[in-house]
Amino acid sequence: MSVATLSKAAAGSQGSRRPLWGAWSLRAIAITYLTVLLIIPLLVIFRDGLREGIGELWHQVTLPMAWHALKLTLWTAAVMTIINSVMGLMTAFVLVRYTFPGHALLNAIVDLPLAIPTLVTGVMLVVLYGPQEALGAWLKEELGISIIFAPPGIVLALLFITFPFVVRAVQPVLLTLDRTQEAAAATLGAGLFTIGRRVILPPLILPLATGALLSFARAIGEFGAIVIVAGNLPMYSQTAAVYVLGAVESENRLGASAISIVMVTIAFSLILVVDWLQRREDKEAV
Amino acid sequence: MTTSALRNPSLSKPLKSAGAPVSRKRVWVRYALITMVVSYIGILIIAPLARLLFGAFEQGLAPILESLSDPNVLYAFWLTLWISVLTVVIHAIFGTILAWVLVRQRFPGRKLLNALIDMPFAVSPVVVGYMLLLLFGRNGFLYPLLSALNIQVAFALPGMVLATLFVTLPFMVRELIPVLEAFGIQQEQAAATLGASGLQTFRFVTLPAIRWGFIYGVTLTFARALGEFGAILVIGGGIKGRTETATLFIYRALDERQYVGAYSAAIVLGIFSLILVVSSELLRRRGGES
Repeated sequence: MSVATLSKAAAGSQGSRRPLWGAWSLRAIAITYLTVLLIIPLLVIFRDGLREGIGELWHQVTLPMAWHALKLTLWTAAVMTIINSVMGLMTAFVLVRYTFPGHALLNAIVDLPLAIPTLVTGVMLVVLYGPQEALGAWLKEELGISIIFAPPGIVLALLFITFPFVVRAVQPVLLTLDRTQEAAAATLGAGLFTIGRRVILPPLILPLATGALLSFARAIGEFGAIVIVAGNLPMYSQTAAVYVLGAVESENRLGASAISIVMVTIAFSLILVVDWLQRREDKEAV
Repeated sequence: MTTSALRNPSLSKPLKSAGAPVSRKRVWVRYALITMVVSYIGILIIAPLARLLFGAFEQGLAPILESLSDPNVLYAFWLTLWISVLTVVIHAIFGTILAWVLVRQRFPGRKLLNALIDMPFAVSPVVVGYMLLLLFGRNGFLYPLLSALNIQVAFALPGMVLATLFVTLPFMVRELIPVLEAFGIQQEQAAATLGASGLQTFRFVTLPAIRWGFIYGVTLTFARALGEFGAILVIGGGIKGRTETATLFIYRALDERQYVGAYSAAIVLGIFSLILVVSSELLRRRGGES
């Protein structure tokens, strides 16, 4: 017995001392990598933006052009999030519950926006809905709606880019739902709407919120598609990201840093909430 | 409803009257939902994609090839490819280490680091470029040091690679974390007990187990790097023939109203990313089956 414990102890010390050294150096590499790549740049922007104090930052944010850009960014992202939540939920439901010709293709198309560069997305939308194109001209003349170089184009571009987020967040949870509960509710006389609201929806709320917040966070920072689709019209179709670009190009460092800080703060808060929601989701799954 | 109830007298009446309308309604709901989803995806995704593809091929292949054979365009695509390859290689090494440390080790601040990984996903690319400009630009914090060492980061390749690294950080790590968690530590421990070095364990035990996540992470990183635009625009400046990548060329071409050039480059870039992601999806499916 003593030999056994001895050999075990020897193996243990031999096996753990070397990996311990390795583990520490790997941890150091990982943390350094993240610090250099992510944390230092993020801190630099706060340092630069707060150089002149919080009052100056507030002044820069509330300048009419900047304020309008921020408001536009937030409301277009909010409108997109609402539409995306409804349609994403519906798409996930259709993909999980129904089989029909083209089902696999539809499922694959959901991921398409992840593969296409957002700048290319912008080009695609301009080619379809642009004022010089057939469809765009028709919409403009017959219905008086302009999409390109206007806020609707921003919402459309955001919808395209963030389409997979809600679908892919809801889909796996929907797959695991126990359908006998729905059957039981139906037997007890519940209508489709009641079943949907009282049986199917509750377990989906958490993944739905995760997907929706993720798409909102992604939308706040979107640039490539928006700069093509919305152009750069201050006080009309200029979003926060495009405003920052303008400020950088005109060497308005205070303005660029101030709006960047607001955007980074929003992004960080949303990411923390999403992280928290995902951990709750994992706990519920276990 | 009444006729079907009459034909099936064996079934108890209350159940029938409750069940039949629901199932008929369900068929109706089913078609309505499928139609709505298919038309939504059709309008939002398929129509713009189809329009771009058909629009560019309207005049045949000749104008496309002509506009793409311009030396500046070729250089732009080459630069995009070069930046993407560098990004992928760096993330393949350090992203894997980062994922491994986050999964296998416990230390204070781990959860915060884990949440921080997703930051690039939400931070605007323009802001990313601007942050790097604040660090490495002419009035940047590190500019004196860099100019003493004679290294140019801003408006040069290193800055553009850094920007792309920032933007693509989540992809590799987020693909690897779940696979590493699922793999567990037993086999790694067994290998270590049998005397394998850390590197050997990784090479022969861990890497084969996580290879599909690794491949998928590489593809996503590559695809995202190919399409990066905002961050590279700010830190690189889009100088024609020097720091102009494929996306920056498209942007300039649109600005200069060279629509054929812009659309052709957009199609090539889009198709390239599509092939990447589709092929890795197919690979993964094959890997999942075996």
